[in-house]
Amino acid sequence: MTILPELMAPSLYRVHETRAETKDTFTLELEPVDEGAGRFSFAAGQFNMLYAYGVGEVPISLSGDPEEANGRPIHTIRQVGAVTQALCRLKPDGMLGLRGPFGTGWPVDEAVGRDVVVMAGGIGLAPLRPALYQLMRWRDRYKKIILIYGARSPEDIVFGRELAAWAKGKGIEVTVTVDRASAKWKGNVGLVTTFLAAADFDSAKATVMVCGPEIMMRFAIKEFQKRGVAERNLFLSMERNMKCAIGFCGHCQYGPSFICKDGPVFRYDRIKDLFWKREI
Amino acid sequence: MEKIETIINKFPFFRGMDKAHLEKIAQVAAPVTLAPGKIICEDGQKADKFYLLMNGRVVVELYSPERGDLLIQTLNTGDILGWSWLVPPYQWRFNARVLAKTHAIVFNGERLRTLFGKNRELGYELQKRFLMIIAARLESASIQLMDLYGIPAGDKNK
Repeated sequence: MTILPELMAPSLYRVHETRAETKDTFTLELEPVDEGAGRFSFAAGQFNMLYAYGVGEVPISLSGDPEEANGRPIHTIRQVGAVTQALCRLKPDGMLGLRGPFGTGWPVDEAVGRDVVVMAGGIGLAPLRPALYQLMRWRDRYKKIILIYGARSPEDIVFGRELAAWAKGKGIEVTVTVDRASAKWKGNVGLVTTFLAAADFDSAKATVMVCGPEIMMRFAIKEFQKRGVAERNLFLSMERNMKCAIGFCGHCQYGPSFICKDGPVFRYDRIKDLFWKREI
Repeated sequence: MEKIETIINKFPFFRGMDKAHLEKIAQVAAPVTLAPGKIICEDGQKADKFYLLMNGRVVVELYSPERGDLLIQTLNTGDILGWSWLVPPYQWRFNARVLAKTHAIVFNGERLRTLFGKNRELGYELQKRFLMIIAARLESASIQLMDLYGIPAGDKNK
């Protein structure tokens, strides 16, 4: 088996622009230091390994538009530990390492001609945003497009302005809800999965994409199955402790699969026997 | 104007109900328009009605003297507001406030409870449907309490 060297050694990238999405979540737009580097191409759903020099390396999903003309990789990172904190603190011209892209993508092509229902929770909207960009760019190819997004509170909603813009135009039905809010909030309050009942789509001809905390995805799966969506039409983005990202180290092993190379996007029927197990 | 039993039969809560039961329920029901800001009910007040929301948005909340109004859940088209009329001591357990202009059907719970005494099947059918709502709301509330979007312990290494 041949492993390409560039998949094992990070390339040097600089931060082109940063944007604070919430108090602990930042979007970084990157560009390669090597000006001769080709356009960065990726499939919606894939991830990169981002290396904060001297601190560590973490897998972060790409959150930008795969067909954006400038081709700069964009990542939305939630500050949870030392590495992500170091990445989030980078300013424009700050340096980091990048390996990738890795993993499988969302079934954007397979969903052509069908209703598409996207359910996201918290930072889970970030790995789905590239798919949403593609669905909206090629709007005529799809039937209904529905996005249901849940966050902890109004202050934790990521891509808030984009969500509002999508809700107003673009031919996509958007529902945003939070788990808790003060009286100032005029939007929805409630578990994200409870809004599925009101979504109007053809269960027999729908492709479903879900990303969020695993427990949220479990409830989502149950609700979609209640609606009659077939297991082969349900797609989830799984997360485990990914280290090498190329299927060598075994950290992200998930039964017979590796999340890093057989996922992170999985068709539900292929993982359903493992998905509900407490430990594997 | 469409008969109330025809209107309510279009909504999931009442869908599939026996026609005779729908007619009985419709006799204790009336359409109502609720303006934004209206307080529909308050915690501790006598609960003798429930609402089917035909459109609009209502928020279920609790008031905390230290923290103000705490929003628990919003209800939208097709949702039912109010199950306290079914459960002794028949007092509202939460506050409900209108967020967006809402057209609803309001049902007289006190009269329905009296009807149940004469029509056990109607009572069974309605209580079965309300039980599903209560179970779903309890499950949602439990999950909301879990703080789904909190940072998993393993992620603190990232």
